[in-house]
Amino acid sequence: MIYQGKQKIWSDYQKDIPDDHWFYVRSCIRQSFFPGSEKFFMKIVRDDLGKDIYETEHHTTCGGIAYHCDTIPQETAMTIVARQFALMTEAGYENLVASCITSFGNYCETIETWREFPELEARVREHLWKACRREFKVPKYVAHASDLVYKFRNEIAARAKFRLVDHETGEPLRIVEHIGCHYSKMFPHKGVGGAEYPCVLSGMAEAWGGEVIDYPERRHCCGFGFRQYLVRANRGYSLSNTHKKFESMEPYHPDCIITNCPGCPFFLDRWQYVISEMEGKTYGQDGHGIPVLTYEELAALVLGYDPWDMGLQIHQVGLEPLLDKMGVPYDPSKKYLGLNEKEIMKPGLPTVLKCC
Amino acid sequence: MDFGFSLSPSSAVNLDNTDMSLYERLCEREPGAKTCMACGSCSATCTVSAINGMSVRKVILGLQRGQFRDVEKMLSRCMLCGKCTMVCPRGINTRHLILELCRLYGSKEGEL
Repeated sequence: MIYQGKQKIWSDYQKDIPDDHWFYVRSCIRQSFFPGSEKFFMKIVRDDLGKDIYETEHHTTCGGIAYHCDTIPQETAMTIVARQFALMTEAGYENLVASCITSFGNYCETIETWREFPELEARVREHLWKACRREFKVPKYVAHASDLVYKFRNEIAARAKFRLVDHETGEPLRIVEHIGCHYSKMFPHKGVGGAEYPCVLSGMAEAWGGEVIDYPERRHCCGFGFRQYLVRANRGYSLSNTHKKFESMEPYHPDCIITNCPGCPFFLDRWQYVISEMEGKTYGQDGHGIPVLTYEELAALVLGYDPWDMGLQIHQVGLEPLLDKMGVPYDPSKKYLGLNEKEIMKPGLPTVLKCC
Repeated sequence: MDFGFSLSPSSAVNLDNTDMSLYERLCEREPGAKTCMACGSCSATCTVSAINGMSVRKVILGLQRGQFRDVEKMLSRCMLCGKCTMVCPRGINTRHLILELCRLYGSKEGEL
């Protein structure tokens, strides 16, 4: 009885994610922060799992950054979103998958607003027609890319070449997950597990052999907060948010952090360097930081792709301790070699944080 | 290294590491302190609250969180008029509470 009740409650927190035929929209910032993430998402979903996923070079920003920084009104953001929907309609798709958490939140917010205020949708349709002579259908389903990886987590586990376990001791790796706020807090019912039990990332980590760490500030913001970071005078507030998370997770000695938002891995990664320079403190073992990965990078690592092909050398915190634990082979001499072994320049090393 | 911004001090309170000795000694002298439900009637009626931030509610909360220095600053601002005692729905003798607390602080002089 109790078990059945729990099953019923849990089913309310699940999403019925379509299996195939997706229109993919990329993030504005992820390709420069974590260049391999979106490429490997497409590679895994399209080539490894054989799904129909389409993207077009004509799509633009969703307007989310400007909207959340209060520099454009919602109606403008909605018209930009309507154009993306028009591209999807023209390509013959009905399911939209966003790479960016803020885009996902923005699309959901737009659709919910139109549902509440149909006259606004009519006005946006008019704006779009006047601006670029396009028409659109509202997507039947909007998902975040992590929803898809979550849905196919067991298929990925079945193809895995490496697992999230210490290859020497056989112990599961200790994984900290951080869910983007715009995924689980704006429209909680649209995320797997809702706001209370978001399991989109923890589900992946467990399916691939890791142990998920629960820690006090697990649901705290990463510190991006748009204006908190973008306005320099507020930047200390952004840093303090991230610092609070690190202080909270430190006693549990995590092996890595996984995230599903463009901003979160950037701040959780780069602020470790800033904190080390300011406070002389590092959070990983022996002066290293805690490696931070996007879920696509983690999936690609598990599937056995080369770490340097994925762009893991672009991370501020060195990934080598994690690769060593997982038993992933890598060539340190090729870390800063790009395509066709072209030199891509070595960065300067921090004074405190050990990077390899 | 100067980045042009800095870490803000954390306002997190770790109750496992908080020194509650002063609060416990106050409760021995004024047991009414334990019945405070932090409604804020005392602060709302306080003559000087709007001017200097004095608040009996914050005093009790500060003691429970081990924030002795903040409490000490607030105590020095109380005029002992007793209006908070008149409005307290729990009937706490807040004036006596403040006086006893001042005595405890006096006895702890040099330690705080």
